[in-house]
Formats: sequence, C-alpha cells, structure tokens
Amino acid sequence: MEISIIENTKADRLTICIEDNGKGMDKEFVEKVKDPFVTTRTSRRVGLGIPLMMAACRRCEGDLVIESEKNAGTRLTAEFKHSHIDRAPIGNMAETMISLILAGSEANRAVDFIYRHIIDERDLCLDTREIRTALGNDISLGEPEVLIWIKDYINEGLKNIRGGVKDENNSGIGRNQKENPGNNQCQKR
Amino acid sequence: MEEIRKKTLETINVRKDRSGTRIVVGMATCGIAAGARPVLLAIMDEVKKHSLSDVVVAQTGCIGMCRLEPIVEVYRPGEEKVTYVKVNPSKAIRIVNEHVMKGKIVEGYTIGAESK
Repeated sequence: MEISIIENTKADRLTICIEDNGKGMDKEFVEKVKDPFVTTRTSRRVGLGIPLMMAACRRCEGDLVIESEKNAGTRLTAEFKHSHIDRAPIGNMAETMISLILAGSEANRAVDFIYRHIIDERDLCLDTREIRTALGNDISLGEPEVLIWIKDYINEGLKNIRGGVKDENNSGIGRNQKENPGNNQCQKR
Repeated sequence: MEEIRKKTLETINVRKDRSGTRIVVGMATCGIAAGARPVLLAIMDEVKKHSLSDVVVAQTGCIGMCRLEPIVEVYRPGEEKVTYVKVNPSKAIRIVNEHVMKGKIVEGYTIGAESK
C-alpha cells in the first residue's frame, strides 16, 4: 500500500494518492463506487468514505479519481487547492501511519506501507519493507519500540521538509516559504 | 534499527517464557474521532518507557458502544477482561501503571463505573 502526499505550493495543489496491489475492482464497480449507496460491506448498505472524500475535494477546487484493474490493484487520487479555505488540515501523519502499520503488522493479514510526503523540492519516505528487512523475521512491526521509532522518524522528517517547523498550521507554506533544496532522496536509516 | 532489533529481541525472548497481557484499543471511526490515537500512543510510550516485555498492544474495530469511546480492553492471563471507557492519554497511563504493571484494576475508569 503506497500513500503519497504531494504538496506543491507553487501550483497551489495538494495531491493525495493511495495505491495498492490488492484485488482491484472490475469496471462496473469502479463506476458506481462513488455512490454512497454502494458498498461491499455487509453490516449496512451505505458506504460514505469515498463520497465524503470526493465532496471534500470538490469543495476545494479539486476532484477524486479512482482507477482500478481487477486482480492488479487500485489507485485513488484526491486533489485539492492547497490554500483553499475549506481544505482540511492533513493532520497528524505520524499517528495515522503508526495506527495503519500496527493494523497491518498482524501476521495473518500483513500489509506493507510506503509513505511518501513531498513538499515542493523536499521529501520524506518511509517504507515498512525496509524496516522489516532491518528488523529481521522475529520482530513484528507492531512492537511499541518499533512504532515509536517510526513515529519519531515521521515527525522528524516532516519537520525537516516543512522547513524546521513541527506543525503544518505554522509552517508558513504558501506565505513566505524558505527554499531548502537538495534533500530529495529517501532518508537513509 | 539494529539497536531496536537487539533490544526487542531480548524482550521477546523474555516474553516467550510467560504469557503476556494484551491491551486492545478500539480504533474504528468512532474510536479515532473520540481520540483513540493519542490514547494508543500514550499506551505505547508507557509500555516502552517501562520496557514491559510481556505486553502486546493491538487495535480492534467498533464494538458497538461508540458513545463510550475511546475504549481500551486489558486482557491479563488468567483474569477476566477489563473494559475501560472514555479513556484519554492520562487515564491510559494510569491504566498501564496500575492495572497492567501491578495488577490493580482502575475501577473508576471501567465500564462498570460508567454505567452507575
């Protein structure tokens, strides 16, 4: 599962791309999946995740695109105008990622995550496959020690790509951003 | 990473000898909206801080009591499950310190106390 967040402040766009290599959807289902009354779950007949996300994009001069191929995977791309007054903050990515990674760490349904966050020229990259390799087979990604390391790694990385500030709301992005090019690669551990 | 690997390996070896405590945090939409993520983080921080080797932290979905979220369940081997409701990070730290580490249930935060 690959999660990319691309903040392009020059073009004033925010793009969130979520891609997997899962079972995919057939053509007909992709067409109707944006309908809130279409869902695969059996507990109830509505599914609001995609419609709400699409509404969020559209009220920010953006849109939501879903591409999918049966048995190959799905890609969801959500676009927003970065500075739009209605654009919700990205929120706490470190918390979000560690709860995803914890959920994906269970042996019977293991999911690897690649999280990439790009702000103009700078980027942050986290790949749980690399961490798994470094940890070896006997240590789960769900160990508190590991998850807290990941949390700190993301917070530190985001601070770097935001130009030294911790919080997206104080980052000054789009106002008087300082350039700090040349940190383009995934940081090495 | 190498350092974490070594340290964690040691704690896992200890864990193999005893069956551990399981702490489960409700992380469905309702739990997250109520603030389950900071609770989960506080629990993990506390587990790490005290190097608790026989504790597993996990998450679960909605158990149908959304109004009582964030919900934390503690399973200690040989004891009945204890459900804590409306947990926040500071309550979570107390639960780890008193219940998980010393076996003393924090009665005031349990679902039993809530419904009274």
